[in-house]
Amino acid sequence: MKRLILLLPLAGFLVLAGFLYKGLFLDSRDIGSTMIGKPLPEFALASLEEPARTLGTADFEGPALVNVWATWCPTCRAEHEMLNRLAGQGVAVYGINYKDNGDAARRWLIELGNPYRFNVEDPQGSLGINLGVYGAPETFLIDKSGIIRHKYVGAIDESVWRQQLAPLYRELMDEAGR
Amino acid sequence: MKRLLTAGLLGLTLSLGAQAAIDTYEFADEAQRQRYRSLIEELRCPKCQNQNIADSDAPIAMDLRAQVYRMLEEGQSNEQIIDFLVSRYGDFVLYKPPLTTRTLLLWYGPAGLLLGGFVLLGVVVLRRRGKKTAGTSHLSADEQQRLAALLSQKPTNQAPRDKKD
Repeated sequence: MKRLILLLPLAGFLVLAGFLYKGLFLDSRDIGSTMIGKPLPEFALASLEEPARTLGTADFEGPALVNVWATWCPTCRAEHEMLNRLAGQGVAVYGINYKDNGDAARRWLIELGNPYRFNVEDPQGSLGINLGVYGAPETFLIDKSGIIRHKYVGAIDESVWRQQLAPLYRELMDEAGR
Repeated sequence: MKRLLTAGLLGLTLSLGAQAAIDTYEFADEAQRQRYRSLIEELRCPKCQNQNIADSDAPIAMDLRAQVYRMLEEGQSNEQIIDFLVSRYGDFVLYKPPLTTRTLLLWYGPAGLLLGGFVLLGVVVLRRRGKKTAGTSHLSADEQQRLAALLSQKPTNQAPRDKKD
């Protein structure tokens, strides 16, 4: 009995160390999403490419990536080449131009290439708030009925795509029978 | 020390002033302003994580403050505003998370640890007391005998020196 009590501090330490060890591998930037399993929120916003055109939820055709980006976001620039490559492979990518300047955004698409089927202009970030966006880039994966199935926070690169997003995308393609 | 304290207090008041100057919202009355302040102080910024949206300079915190203000002006209740944000950003945005099975440890962990500490303290104290009343009984019979022999010896070696003074 006495021996066991002497082991108590050690046990306490081990529990604490266990928690801290787990903490090493948690990504604190990723706070999860409440939108998984829900449809894209309703909106009516102007197209970035054709400002006279109003876009809505029904214009998105899944399975697709919905990428939230802005010209003020350096990580988006790093990610852009990867999106170009994905679009080249036939992956459907839609853009939400988040709290940005329309002219700067259009220039960016001319200079760096345009991987997007179309871009929704969200200058006030209202669609962003409804989507639970808190920075850029963020990417949602939607299925054929426009339901959000996955959210990725941060830049998509080759390894993120291969390990996390591509298998999900393929699954959604299979569901859609394509 | 006193000077340091004054400087610290001065710094604190100055920073409070700076914080209040970030947004210029106008409220119908003081109660409304209080509601706004208490709401933005208990809502956590999703981007910067260790700040509430009142203190954070992140763009999203600014947007969420604007959202809270807008909803207050529309006459929505505190619960409606909090539900709106939780439905989009999850429980993460709450500095006062709801009591669920997942947050049991968070809510009752510290109290549990304190209680555990007191129980441990009680056990240790009670054991000490138990030992004292038991006296010298933990000497073996052999040791008792040696002790008695030592006590009965007369201090002959030291006696002469003591007599000098």
